[in-house]
Amino acid sequence: MTPRFVLGRIGFYTLIAVLLAFFTIPLLWLVTAPFTSDPTYEVRMPDFTWENFQAVLEHPYALPSLWNSLVLSVGTALLVVVMAALAAYALSRVRLPGRDALLYALLLLSSIITGTAAMVPLFQLAVELNLIDSQLGLILILTGGLLPAAIFMLKDFMDSTPKSYEESARVFGASPLQIVRHVVVPLVRPGLATIAVWSIANVWGNFLMPYLLLSDVEKQPAAVITYTLYTEGGQANLRMLSTFGLLYSVPVVLMYLFVSKKYGFRFHGGIKR
Amino acid sequence: MAQAISPPEVIDGDPSGRRGGYSSDAAGLGRLRAGAFVAPALLLIAAFLVFPALWVLYLGLTNYRLTGAAAAEPQFVGLDNFLDAVANPTFWNSTWLTLQFVLGSAVIGQVVLGFTIAWVLRDRRGPLKRLVEGLVILAWILPSAVVSFLWVALLDRDGGTLNALLGIPGFAWLLDHPMLSIIIFNTWRGTAFSMMLYGAALGNVPPSHLESARLAGASGWQQLRDVVFPHIRGHILTNLLLISLWTFNDFSPFLLTAGGPDGRSEVLAVHVYKVALQSGELGYGAAVSTIILLINLVVAVFYLRLLRSKK
Repeated sequence: MTPRFVLGRIGFYTLIAVLLAFFTIPLLWLVTAPFTSDPTYEVRMPDFTWENFQAVLEHPYALPSLWNSLVLSVGTALLVVVMAALAAYALSRVRLPGRDALLYALLLLSSIITGTAAMVPLFQLAVELNLIDSQLGLILILTGGLLPAAIFMLKDFMDSTPKSYEESARVFGASPLQIVRHVVVPLVRPGLATIAVWSIANVWGNFLMPYLLLSDVEKQPAAVITYTLYTEGGQANLRMLSTFGLLYSVPVVLMYLFVSKKYGFRFHGGIKR
Repeated sequence: MAQAISPPEVIDGDPSGRRGGYSSDAAGLGRLRAGAFVAPALLLIAAFLVFPALWVLYLGLTNYRLTGAAAAEPQFVGLDNFLDAVANPTFWNSTWLTLQFVLGSAVIGQVVLGFTIAWVLRDRRGPLKRLVEGLVILAWILPSAVVSFLWVALLDRDGGTLNALLGIPGFAWLLDHPMLSIIIFNTWRGTAFSMMLYGAALGNVPPSHLESARLAGASGWQQLRDVVFPHIRGHILTNLLLISLWTFNDFSPFLLTAGGPDGRSEVLAVHVYKVALQSGELGYGAAVSTIILLINLVVAVFYLRLLRSKK
């Protein structure tokens, strides 16, 4: 073992230790405080109490807001998957006039029109259309934002699936709609699942849009309720914040583990907005 | 591309014999139905993405306000809002802070850290690699409201973990160093994307090239410079453009510092929110949004050109 090799090893493990510390320390509080009675900002060894979870159950807006997050994300995901699948299939199989220009425009739009750039007109649009405090309105707005990237990713996916099944089904006299429902959808199911998970994850974590467009606390999703918990009403309620934060985070982690196990974690250029 | 043309024998073998009614795509969809498939998606995109973007251009030219007389009858004021913005020190302050934020957290923080992690773990398999990658990805996928509060807790002046570790109780990170705080926060938050992209890119560098460089006596840094960087130049550029775009539009500094204290961390995203939706100056806010849109457009066009030239 040369000194250089030893130094290299020491350097490597020091770097790994620093990295692990940097990425772990901020998360420690989230896994200890929910199980500690009377938590402070300090990270302490928990005494494994379940009282904080009891407090979350009794809070008037905590669990309903998780339900709202679920409604918003599943609603958006359904719309995105159905609409993007239809559009991507047609764009992949039929040479519509102006198709390439359309795809280019979609990609451009999805990357430049962000929540930040569009918050003023979206807010005004929602006021004019009476969509403030409407979960359906928010779902439509979120769907509009996610669709371009979803169509783009799904079209790529459909381009790479073989057309021979559709052709055989046609030989046996299936109608185009039957072909789409019974042949294409099963073929592209992994792609559809990816888009669904991607949409759910996007909406589940989205703060800006519901914060702008939902002022009724009974309709707000968990992201907004979390923010309210630590900015309003003087002293932040750390029991609620830590425990509720954990409950709000766990589904994302489970979904990530599920996706990476089932499909292997593939990521696309536009996955985050 | 996947232009769908059925082989002739399939059409000949069509049992229904309605050849004329079928078009040449695989499922026999035809242009009309294809158009009907695309229409719902395009309608939603037009209503909630394209229209707002065009509307913001118009709003920026009016004196529209959230409340008061100008709310009822907004007037066309031409480029006044833009001139106001250019003459407004708060706007320039926000622009400068945004530049610091993008350069510090994305271009330097995420790229350097992401590449470093990908590079030191490139030949490794097993639990250590999975642990490091898992933690980095965890910081990326958790909801922004939760991680923001985690950092508020970490950086808390009195009870925060960081001050306890460093032995400096009472040091107010978010008040005294708000920009540094959000830059480090966003580096922590967003490194995963760069790490994964460089991880994939480094997998494409032919091992034989590295091997011959090593045999020729190249040091680690020389291998990086002469073998690795030329191979992943395209990835670096893609990475830079995307994360700059995302960081530029990121609203999460609001969750951490709300732009304060005294606007010292008020990046443009937060600035728009404050002037338009808190102070109600929708017209002026729309003008700033227009500027953001234009900057996004420039970066995105660069990015798409790059994608095309790769193909």
